[in-house]
Amino acid sequence: MARMKFLCDADRCIECNACVTACKNEHEVPWGINRRRVVTINDGKPGERSVTMACMHCTEAPCAAVCPVNCFYTTADAVVLHSKDLCIGCGYCFYACPFGAPQYPRVGNFGSRGKMDKCTYCAGGPEADGSKEEYEKYGANRLAEGKLPLCAEMCSTKSLLAGDGEIIAQIYKERVVKRGYGSGAWGWKTAYRETIAS
Amino acid sequence: MATFAGRIRFLVGAVALMLVVAGAAYAQTAPAPAPAPQQQQANPGGAVNPTASAVKEDDLLRQLSIISGRGSIPDAKAYNIEQPAGRDWQHFHEVTLRWIGAIAILGMLAILVLFFLIRGMVRIESGRSGRTLVRFTAFERFVHWMTATCFVILAISGLNITFGKPLLLPLIGPEAFTAWSQWAKYAHNYLSFPFTLGVVVIFLIWLAWNIPGRADVDWLKRGGGIVGHDHPPAPRFNAGQKMIYWIVVLGGAAVAITGYLLMFPFYGTDIASMQLAQVIHGIVAALFVAVMLAHIYIGTIGMEGAFEAMGTGDVDVNWAREHHSLWLQEEQAKGHAGEPPPRGRMAPAE
Repeated sequence: MARMKFLCDADRCIECNACVTACKNEHEVPWGINRRRVVTINDGKPGERSVTMACMHCTEAPCAAVCPVNCFYTTADAVVLHSKDLCIGCGYCFYACPFGAPQYPRVGNFGSRGKMDKCTYCAGGPEADGSKEEYEKYGANRLAEGKLPLCAEMCSTKSLLAGDGEIIAQIYKERVVKRGYGSGAWGWKTAYRETIAS
Repeated sequence: MATFAGRIRFLVGAVALMLVVAGAAYAQTAPAPAPAPQQQQANPGGAVNPTASAVKEDDLLRQLSIISGRGSIPDAKAYNIEQPAGRDWQHFHEVTLRWIGAIAILGMLAILVLFFLIRGMVRIESGRSGRTLVRFTAFERFVHWMTATCFVILAISGLNITFGKPLLLPLIGPEAFTAWSQWAKYAHNYLSFPFTLGVVVIFLIWLAWNIPGRADVDWLKRGGGIVGHDHPPAPRFNAGQKMIYWIVVLGGAAVAITGYLLMFPFYGTDIASMQLAQVIHGIVAALFVAVMLAHIYIGTIGMEGAFEAMGTGDVDVNWAREHHSLWLQEEQAKGHAGEPPPRGRMAPAE
């Protein structure tokens, strides 16, 4: 089985926010929830870079570790998913996530934040693949259809890569060698405890 | 003219305040540090290559605990893209806190069981006199039991968050555990309000009797009558009870403040400070539970005649003489002490 990962080549990201839009549209993500977002570092200065960030589907995911009800599970493709039926909306995964991925429908509303929502790597949830229930709770299950996450598939500059970790790391390495620079595989050290030499 | 001068003063003050606020805001939005100049490289053509001086993740991670930038969505906290500290907090919640909680609570239980086996119930040595006096009014008892009930539910639902996953979840299965945890979470959140109110009222109504004094030093030196069979004089609250009082007031304040910070995320906090709040909340609460176990022990099976102080509100005069002699003297001076217990009224024969 593949070990699915995301890789954002910040030297190619043009901050078009198409990945954000595609994600929202594909999964009909409600207002106020952003499974993916683009952040610009050193905005307006020389060397400014934009990075698109979502759930990185960490190795030994910290959200899963701190969840008091064990609602997280890791698929055979190493995608970190969760069950909204088991989530109690306590917010602990948000305190633990290094990437700010977990989202709540009612942030700031004490007592009930609602069920947590996050990037599913377009792999749905525990319900039957492609079922109506799965779509309503988690959005489309593209992985089950043999497709990669839409954000990466439609990225116009191929800055955002999704797929097997070894393959996308190889693509990134080749780019860095060819062009002579690379700002790093953002989040990889934190999420996967590995870096890609650049 | 006086009003004009007043207006000028107000304007000057307002401008000064604006400068301070603007300065603070600027400090918060200070940009990520620029890369080191030696990273500047030149293109083959000799021109400076702007992309070669790009921010590098590695450099930022070395310098910052949070990598953040500018985004285009209203949710400002989404501008933080990476904070590796989340990984550390996981260790606290899953390992450290469980050890602290287990050692504190099981250790206290072990001590209490051992103590009970050795010492047994502390008896009223001179026996019951049959005369009672009022120790706690109905209002005091109401506040005590309101706070106590909330505390027990808060403690159980809180322990569920830390210990439920390894202990309860395997027993009852994920669906039942989620249903229970969901209710426990609501109970934990909503009962925090009467609990906090109770702590505040406790602080106010018993403060006057809980200022440490000279009698407390003497009481502690003589083992408080718990260790051994001594009965050192004590006012209404002895040194041990004063300790419980201050643990409830200060510990209650700590768990209430940190709890509300967690309940209202991002009101003056960020991820790091919410993690810190959870660390304080967890540790203080675990120790709080351990201390309250001792409090429950001494108020029930640990001491004869103690429970009725919070039960009916009346204590036996001999109990008061042995454990709170100074308080009994005060009450007797006021003429409150020594009421015989109410007898069943004799119905006149007809």
